[in-house]
Amino acid sequence: MTIRPKTPEAIEKMRVAGRTVAEILGRLRQMARPGVTTADMEAEAVRLMRERGARSLFIRQPHPRGGPAYPGQICVSVNEELVHGIPGPRRIVDGDIVTVDVGVEQDGWCGDAARTFAVGDVAPRVRDLLRTTEEALALVCREARAGVLWSAVAGQQEAFVRRAGFSVVTDYVGHGIGRKMWEDPKVPNYVSRELLRDDFLLVEGATLAVEPMVNLGKRQVREMPDGWTVVTADGLPSAHFEDTLVIRRDGAEPLTRLPEEPLGA
Amino acid sequence: MPKDVIRVEGVVKEALPNAVFRVELENGHVVMAHVSGRMRMNFIRILPGDQVTVELSPYDLLKGRIVYRAG
Repeated sequence: MTIRPKTPEAIEKMRVAGRTVAEILGRLRQMARPGVTTADMEAEAVRLMRERGARSLFIRQPHPRGGPAYPGQICVSVNEELVHGIPGPRRIVDGDIVTVDVGVEQDGWCGDAARTFAVGDVAPRVRDLLRTTEEALALVCREARAGVLWSAVAGQQEAFVRRAGFSVVTDYVGHGIGRKMWEDPKVPNYVSRELLRDDFLLVEGATLAVEPMVNLGKRQVREMPDGWTVVTADGLPSAHFEDTLVIRRDGAEPLTRLPEEPLGA
Repeated sequence: MPKDVIRVEGVVKEALPNAVFRVELENGHVVMAHVSGRMRMNFIRILPGDQVTVELSPYDLLKGRIVYRAG
């Protein structure tokens, strides 16, 4: 399978959307303190989106298996919650890890990124989990160059996470991104028979949302009765780091990072 | 926001040649599903009436892959 690159003009537009996402995540990182509710974080994200003329890509996203549409503007997932946490009255407490996932459309183009923040006194092994997940994404940025097959990058990423003693989530995958949030191809963080069959060559200018999701315990996950919030089956914490990347000749460049917040720093 | 690798429950209706099965899903749709490589290697037998988990292709929702047999 071949993937279509974006034009330099399109990439510049995606950079604008990406910057908005990065600024929102930067603000929410400061906000993630004990006593703040996940709905407070959502309200602040919406305020910043409006200020910049951007809109949420997540709200009213249809459910993949016919459940209710996604009701939130961003996703905030705490501790054992992995992805798709719906903002609400839950208050963050000291020792929580908080995953914030933000996707916006601005001037017709999309940006999508996520970070897991440690709040206060977080156990050393959990801090390791966060560091490993972010380093897995940094590894992708170094290895995902034009001319390389995605399976080669995914394989290195998977091996890196396993060596650290953690598990890669296989129920959710990254994706191509551009005018729409979910474009082809699917971008898994692991190597499967399906990937080897639908493998793709990275080309300069291709834009992908790469998003390792890593569990402290086992990889199995389940969906909560709200139809969206995904939690680890064993109840242990999970981390999620995502950036919208553009493939270059010497590696991948994140479009959803501010200069003062480089990946892997 | 990650993309869901779509998995649904179903019941095997009919075994076809080449380890392909006709599976009726929970939502009433009928799909053609082949057996995942790992299940083939472990010689897990699938018969009509078995409860299975099918991973659907996001490109063609009428095709799938049986990834798990209950029981």
